[in-house]
Amino acid sequence: MPVIPAPFSYHRPKSLAEATALLAEHNDEARVLAGGQSLIPMMKFRLAAPEHLVDVGNISELKGIQRTGNTLIVGAMTTQHELQQSQMLSEAAPILKETSLLIADPQVRYMGTIGGNVANGDPGNDMPAVMLCLDAAYRLTSVTGTRTIKARDFYEGTYATALKTGEILTAIEIPVPPAGHGHAYEKLKRKIGDYATAAAGVVLTTRGGRITTCAIAISNLADKAILATDAAAAVIGTALEKPTLDKAIAAARSIMSPATDTRGTTEYRTSVGGIMVERALKCALARAKG
Amino acid sequence: MAKTHVKMNVNGREVESLVEPRTLLIHHLRENLNLTGPHIGCDTTHCGACTVDMNGKSVKSCTVFAVQADGAMITTIEGMAAPDGTLHALQEGFRMMHGLQCGFCTPGMIVRAHRLLQEIPNPTEEEIRFGIAGNLCRCTGYQNIVKAIQYAAAKLSGAPMQEAAE
Repeated sequence: MPVIPAPFSYHRPKSLAEATALLAEHNDEARVLAGGQSLIPMMKFRLAAPEHLVDVGNISELKGIQRTGNTLIVGAMTTQHELQQSQMLSEAAPILKETSLLIADPQVRYMGTIGGNVANGDPGNDMPAVMLCLDAAYRLTSVTGTRTIKARDFYEGTYATALKTGEILTAIEIPVPPAGHGHAYEKLKRKIGDYATAAAGVVLTTRGGRITTCAIAISNLADKAILATDAAAAVIGTALEKPTLDKAIAAARSIMSPATDTRGTTEYRTSVGGIMVERALKCALARAKG
Repeated sequence: MAKTHVKMNVNGREVESLVEPRTLLIHHLRENLNLTGPHIGCDTTHCGACTVDMNGKSVKSCTVFAVQADGAMITTIEGMAAPDGTLHALQEGFRMMHGLQCGFCTPGMIVRAHRLLQEIPNPTEEEIRFGIAGNLCRCTGYQNIVKAIQYAAAKLSGAPMQEAAE
């Protein structure tokens, strides 16, 4: 098996305008290189062989984390390591750091970016489910302009997203979850560095110990990250009593369709997928103040 | 395919080269610069034997293109000892605590541990294990690697330390 990528032309634009112009010029023959921690392995195995690689690592417009009012704006080229270092993000939306620490290993997190993780369309990636829970939106820019699309409308299937040829994900807009919200991301994996056998994220709010709002999303249990809307609806208005919890877990399991692979059979992964939902719900409820 | 000009500082030395864009940093270091300390283990971003320090970050050099390292400061295992050959505290720790058996993972382990100690000078055992989770060792069971890093942390911070492996 070759582990040397096919030849390509390398471009390192210094501005977003230059990058989008390169993508417009080369169309389907170009790929964006962010941290490279997914794309380079794919290129080594020749699962990807772009003729033009547009390295966006030198574009300062894609970096940085800001808060504007009740929205967090995270530049697409923010690495997992940088995300973990942001006190402001950790306080406003702690599920981001909690999840980031469960991704890959330290070396990969120094290079791997939040933008790459959410835009790649790999159902094994962890951040898409978190973005579904937080109801984030993605800013996509091309030579013709910028549009914003909800994470909940972005994912179409394995490596298939609403990102069009010529577009670059430039930033993620995250509504700040209410103060006192509860959160959790529970990931079962064989070892550090592995993709999830099954994982689930939860963001919820409570009043008087009862759940008032709830979003649940699951990773690597279907061809894309998906919201478990029926499961979330089942827990609203409750304090997660046993029958409610069982109903929510059953609803979540009913939308799981993991492939049988080296991580386990469809039945096993669906079974533990339900357990991840249960743990994430219980943990988020315990953390919520309200 | 046209070659690209790259310039980087490797272990304190400025080096300029022409590389094919698809050249991986590990191949550039080993084949063009004769730095064979960083190893190619798995070639698939798992094992960490190819770890080098790039601009203050531990990276797997099998998963970075040499062109991405243009302008970077790179440290490999060859850059850890002092110019007079005095071992770095980590190298000394691995020696004193028997932190290696076959030695294949050691260059990556030491360079990774170096960055870890820059960020957390006195790590707990848990922090060490989490911090080296991207480096696989098939010989030691990690026990003595953890001790070696603790030895170096103690030495670098001037704390009293255990003299040798139990």
